[in-house]
This record gives sequence, structure tokens and C-alpha cells, in this order.
Amino acid sequence: MPAIPRPVPDSDSFAPTFASGFAPLSARRLYTFGGIALIAGGLLFGDIFAVFILHQNAARQGEALSAASRAIVAGNAAAVNERFSHLGNVLEDRGTKVDAHVHIIGAGYLALLLALVQPYIALSRQTKKSLAALFIAGGVLLPVGIFLIHYIGLRGSPFSAIGWASLLADSAGALLILVLILQAWGFWKYVRSRQLSEPELPDEDSVSHRALLTGGTILILLGLLHGAYYSGALLYEHERMETTILQRLISAATVGNLDAATAEINNFGNLAGARAVNIAAHAHIIEFGLLAMLLSFVQPLVFLSEKWKRRWVKLLLGGSVILPVFVLLELKLGMLAGGIADIGGLMVMVSLVGMLVGILRYSGGLDVAETVVAEADAAEGA
Amino acid sequence: MMTGSRKLLIFGGMAFAALGMLYGLQYALLVEHQTLDHMGGSLSQSFAAAASRNAGESQAALEQYGETKYDYVRQVDAHSHWTGLATLMIVLGVIFERVNFSEGIRQLVAFSLLAGSALFPLAIILQTYHHGALAWKALAVVGSGLVIAALAVTAWGFARPGTAG
Repeated sequence: MPAIPRPVPDSDSFAPTFASGFAPLSARRLYTFGGIALIAGGLLFGDIFAVFILHQNAARQGEALSAASRAIVAGNAAAVNERFSHLGNVLEDRGTKVDAHVHIIGAGYLALLLALVQPYIALSRQTKKSLAALFIAGGVLLPVGIFLIHYIGLRGSPFSAIGWASLLADSAGALLILVLILQAWGFWKYVRSRQLSEPELPDEDSVSHRALLTGGTILILLGLLHGAYYSGALLYEHERMETTILQRLISAATVGNLDAATAEINNFGNLAGARAVNIAAHAHIIEFGLLAMLLSFVQPLVFLSEKWKRRWVKLLLGGSVILPVFVLLELKLGMLAGGIADIGGLMVMVSLVGMLVGILRYSGGLDVAETVVAEADAAEGA
Repeated sequence: MMTGSRKLLIFGGMAFAALGMLYGLQYALLVEHQTLDHMGGSLSQSFAAAASRNAGESQAALEQYGETKYDYVRQVDAHSHWTGLATLMIVLGVIFERVNFSEGIRQLVAFSLLAGSALFPLAIILQTYHHGALAWKALAVVGSGLVIAALAVTAWGFARPGTAG
């Protein structure tokens, strides 16, 4: 393994060394491109899910519960089971799509992280590259498998409870775990040898870098505080309310009071909505905070002018605040807030694509070489 | 420079990420499908018993549904929080030298993050064994408090003058 003594020195000698560290198809490049592409893809999927599936799915859940309560009034236990089979199907449809969205973005974050820690992974260049390819493949196959669970089900499966799509998702998850374990082993080797396997990312003190770092930390802190508030003040109350509402619904249906049952179904829907928006706001603000921090590290690789970098950073941080805040406001403002939240997600996506374009420009070897020469000339002149 | 605090965060974060994923994998393979079947089955049974005018069985099935869901929510939460906190630790580990405090304080903050990230999901899992147990709730509060305090100090360290470079 070609070891590079640490620390990586001044910018004059750093740039060419670093450029080779980010050569085409290196592990770091694979993780960076793959990570940003996975996150942008996950956000796009989430926006499509929110606009075209989420609310329709909630309405179908309400309809299924309403039909089940009518079956109780009619004293028809077989019809109840049939309705619940349908409800299970509706919930699985929603759950697998949420899981696919969460896991594709999670894999993207991990890929970006692994891009950052590559200098500390003391494995051969080829091994690191193969691991990166395996990780990206696992990051794609995991959400694909989860997404297909609802459509494939147990068709053709030799198991009683696990279908082929679940097996695909589980295998992809195992692949990600294997790659992480091997990365940990590589890191352990680095700790023992103290030899960097490639140059570290350069330090940057630009406004865009600091804004992403500070903004990201604040977003995560806000998300943790909101999570602490939710679990302390609302979680247990919501859990108690769910059982209480279902008890009232069953009691009303048992005595044939369909109006009261319908009112409880509405209460159940509102409660589910309250839980969903709180959890979504908590998860999204923390995810965007992490994303901002991760992107702060790759700013040296974004070959755009500082003006354009700042524009993308403003768009990203703006979207990162708008989405969770308006998701929370959905309870008060309804679909209007939902639409604004979707625009927030779109802002984050556009900024990611903008930064990706800047990173793609970095891969032009001639541009890099010219920049290095120009910088070296300027340094000598100074 | 790979300081002790950075090593603690990066190595600990990678270990928690693998642990969180392994926990999620074993749960998905061995427990989740059965739990979801049980949860749906209990609710369905509760409604079906009500249709048969059997109030006692309906109530018992509904309570079973509530308890199963209580466990399911926490198992998923433990998996996602372990992995999420691990990610946060690794990210912070990469740039922890920018936290403008002495290495001693940084190690304390890193240890607080490490301890909080271990305790919080663990307390969530333990709640599934003793529903409503105050001790595990208190442990979860201590764990999340450690993480929040560590992150607040980290944000302060980032914001202090001379943090860059």
C-alpha cells in the first residue's frame, strides 16, 4: 500500500497531491458522487411520496377503519378480518415507502462520511475502491428491496414470513455492514501505523464552509431539542390516546353509533397526523443538519466561484429550515404548509445538484493542472 | 492531527454504526415480521371480537396491540438513533479540532457524546422489557441529555473566535 506521511503540508505542495487523491474512480470519488446522488435521489423520492401517496394513503386508512366499524355494527366478524387485511396492505404500502426514503438517504450520508475518512483507512487503493463500489451497490439495492416488499410480498418465497424482496433488502444491509466492518479494520490499521493512505481534505475557512458547519450544528441541536420535547411531553400521551380512541371507536360501533365511531376515526387520523409530522420534523431537521456539515467538508472540491457556492449554501440552509418547520405547521395550515414543505425539499435537492455540478467540474484533470500551475506561479510571484 | 478526542468519536462512531446496523438486521430478520403480524392480528382480533359482541376478548386484544406497538416503536427507534448518533459522532470526529477548546475539554465532550450515544438507545431497548419503568426512562433522559449538552458545547466551540484552521 502506498503510504503517505502525515500531516499533509502547505497548499503549494498540497494541491497536486490532493488532486491525485481524488483521481477519477478513486474510492473517495465513488463515495462522494454516490453519496450525493443517493441523498438527492432519496429526497426526490420523498417529495414524490409526500405529494402523490402520503395523503391518499391516510385517507385509505380512514376508509378501512370506517368499513371495519360498520362491520362491527353489523356483527360480521369475517368482514372485520377482511377489512383489516386491506388495512394491513395499506399500512405496508406506506411503511415500505417511508423506509425506502429513509434508508436511501441514510446510505448516502454514510457514503459521504466514508469519503471523508478514506485517508484514515489503511487499505490498498484497489481494496478501498472495491469496497466503495460494494457500498454504493448496497446503498442502492437496500431501498430497492424495501420498496419492492409491498409489490412482491411472499410470492415464490420458501419462507413463511420473509419474501424475496425482504431477502434482497436484508442482503444489501448485510453488505453495508460488511463494508463498515472492513473500514473499521482499515482504520485500526491506520491507528497502529499512523500512515495516511491518501491526502486529507484541505482545511477551508470560506464563508460557505463556516455557514454550512455552524448552520448544520445548530440544525442538529434544534432537532435534538425538539425530539427531547416530543418524547418528554407528547410520546407517551400519544400512545395512551391511540388505545383510548380505538376503545371508544369499538364501543361506539358495538352499540351501533356510527356517527360517534366516525368522529373517533377522525380523531385517530388527527393523532396519526400529529405523530407523523412531529417525527418527520425531528428526523428531517437533524438529517439536513448532518448533510450541511458533511457538505462543508467537500466545499474544497466544489469548483465554483465563492458567489455561487454561497448561493447553493443559502438555498440548502433555507430549504433545511423551511421543510421541517412547515411539516410541523401542516397540523395548523393543512395542505398549504405541506406544499411549502415540499418546496423546501426541492430547494435542498437543487442546491445538491448545484454542488454536484461543481464537484463534477473538479474531475477535469486539465483544469486542475492549470489551476495548480496558476496557483504555484501566483505563490512564487508573491 | 488525529487527537484522542477525534479517535474516540471516529472509532466509537464506526463501532456504533456497525452495532446499530447489526441490531437492525437481526431485528428485521428474526423479530420484525412476526411483530408486525402480531400487531395487526391483535387489532383485527379486537375488532372481530367486538363484532361477535365479546367485549372482554376485544379489550384484551386491544391491550395486546398497544403493548406490541409500544415495543415495535422503541425497537425501531433504538436502531435508527444508534445509527444516527454514530453518524453524528463520525462527522464531528472529522472536524473536532475546529472546536476551540483545550484537548482535555474536547475529550470530555467526546466522551459525553460516546456515553450518551450508547446509553440513549440502550435505555430505549430496555423499556421494552419493563414497560413504563421509571429507571429506563431516566436513563434515556440522561443519555439524550449528555448528547444535547455535548452538542451545545461543540456548537459553542465552533462559534468561538479563532476556530478555523
